[in-house]
Amino acid sequence: MSDATAQLAETTRPEPADTPRGASSPTPSPESPLISEAERDELRRQGILLTSLEEIYNWGRSHSVWPLQFGLACCAIEMIAASMARFDIARFGSEVFRPSPRQADLLIVSGTVTKKMAPQVVRLWNQMPEPKYCIAMGACAISGGPFKQGYNVLKGIDRFLPVDIYIPGCPPRPEALLHGLMQLQQKIRGQKLTGPDAPRHLRADDPCAYPVPEFGERDLVPPQNPAVWQPPPPPVRPAS
Amino acid sequence: MNLESGISPAADRSAPALPAALPPFNPAANAQVREVHDPFHGDLLEVSMGPHHPSTHGVFRMMVTLDGEAIVKLKPVFGYLHRNHEKLGENTTYLASMPYTDRLDYLNSMTNNWAYALAVEKLAGQPVPERAEYLRVILAELTRLLNHTCLAGFLLQDTGASGTPLMYAFREREKILDLFESISGSRMMCNFQRFGGCRVDATPDWLAATQRFVDGYNEFLDEYEALITGNEILMARTQGVGVLGPELAVNAGITGPMLRACGVNYDLRKVDGYGVYPRFDFRVPLGDHGDTYDRYMIRVLEMRESLGILQQALRDLPAGPIMDPKAKIRGLKPKPGEAYGRIEGPKGEIGFYLISDGSANPYRYRVRPPSFVNLTVLEDMCLGQTVADAVIILGSVDIVLGEVDR
Repeated sequence: MSDATAQLAETTRPEPADTPRGASSPTPSPESPLISEAERDELRRQGILLTSLEEIYNWGRSHSVWPLQFGLACCAIEMIAASMARFDIARFGSEVFRPSPRQADLLIVSGTVTKKMAPQVVRLWNQMPEPKYCIAMGACAISGGPFKQGYNVLKGIDRFLPVDIYIPGCPPRPEALLHGLMQLQQKIRGQKLTGPDAPRHLRADDPCAYPVPEFGERDLVPPQNPAVWQPPPPPVRPAS
Repeated sequence: MNLESGISPAADRSAPALPAALPPFNPAANAQVREVHDPFHGDLLEVSMGPHHPSTHGVFRMMVTLDGEAIVKLKPVFGYLHRNHEKLGENTTYLASMPYTDRLDYLNSMTNNWAYALAVEKLAGQPVPERAEYLRVILAELTRLLNHTCLAGFLLQDTGASGTPLMYAFREREKILDLFESISGSRMMCNFQRFGGCRVDATPDWLAATQRFVDGYNEFLDEYEALITGNEILMARTQGVGVLGPELAVNAGITGPMLRACGVNYDLRKVDGYGVYPRFDFRVPLGDHGDTYDRYMIRVLEMRESLGILQQALRDLPAGPIMDPKAKIRGLKPKPGEAYGRIEGPKGEIGFYLISDGSANPYRYRVRPPSFVNLTVLEDMCLGQTVADAVIILGSVDIVLGEVDR
């Protein structure tokens, strides 16, 4: 699928040197060399839709992001509230909460991840098929939040998983979750199908599975995944 | 087959002796596998439900041993949300623990606040003004409405009524959360009570909005009951399922609606009479059978009684301060001693046990979580039931994992 898509994307986008340019048209952007944004908008107003394969592919999948039905703590209640009548996450195409990770596109880490739970979260992430995305919802999932000093609380799920969107709040309101989802959709729509900027699922060199930590004697082993998280550099003290 | 090596386990298995009749299964003898090899009763199957399971209400795990579809053993596994609540409480000041209590039972932050404030007030000998007591009652009863409404929705979700009842419940929940947000500034984590009163006073607009909400809630309950309570499928799924006897319930320390569904008349609002509850006229609904349907009905009836309390409290709300002027909130250092403050939360008796050594932090900070204690009889209720019933029984216990694991 990915190879065929990539080839199609190559063929539908000719080189800029071959493009016939009208003298009266405004300067085309490097993103769409055939036709400028203004011209395309004008065509859309006339009922003609011009698109590229990359654009319509990303448009389609950005509007059907199926989250995993996976509640961890307090934020899960707000996640449920976002899917209920008043906030209605179905407006954004994400109402299909799947109980199985095999059918889900989006992992919303909604709440405190404890050291006992972290291996299961990583395992769930590994079971999800690519393309997959991760939202860290709430202060606990971002950094440990108010429970950061606790001996059993993971200080941020981004130590083990590649987090796409961070939503601060304790807990974030459902509107904040919807905003985070819209940011994720924007990110999906901007992804390339080919080249060095291609997302993880179209690159052959990227691992789909992440190492699952084990609950060791004192802490998780390993305490973080160095491929996705590095400890911040020590603060530079001004010379006194 | 090597006959010279004495007894060979393989030789034993190769010739199973089929018994003439099925031996009775004895769970007390810790029998894992019944020695029966007939087409209808195979080996027992151990299933791990959770920690990621749509119906365990969080990260709770049940190790269920099944004979066919019937449960012969159930072992709960806790600790997937252990957030060191009590240890953090010992390392922070008395006031700084108040926001943490919001996150214990994250559906009912107002009652958690009240129980903790009550414990500290007992420890410090702190009186509370009358208006604050009334406000606490109003907010606690609103919390009870919120919790029971959500429970009814989730319970119906567990029985398979996917969507509609939960949508109705969350529609009403949003109205209560609007009230909470406008008085405390936060939807869920209210952080509202203080030692010796409340943080913010209720405005006349807020009281009017609450009155409107309370007036309209009976209508919602009527609609909900017309939809749900007499439903034949619900009755078939819940009546006689998960029966809990009153003796076991009392011995296990069960409190709250689960205890009253067994027919035991024990409500801390009547027994302790804390706050201004003795001034209100309300009844305590009691169940008869102790099954899942009774546990559902008790909650619906309690909501109706809560509406009565709310009407009386809104009618009698006195004017005056909401905070004792001599109350010390920041830098509180109570005298050495111990105190236990408990209230009737929506899930049962929520209590905080504090020991002070005279410093700014409590020496010991202990939470008595109702849903954790109520969960201890889960196996007794589930034995002999099917897997699908275990989901409903767990739903009717009404657990919140933030409180169970703390």
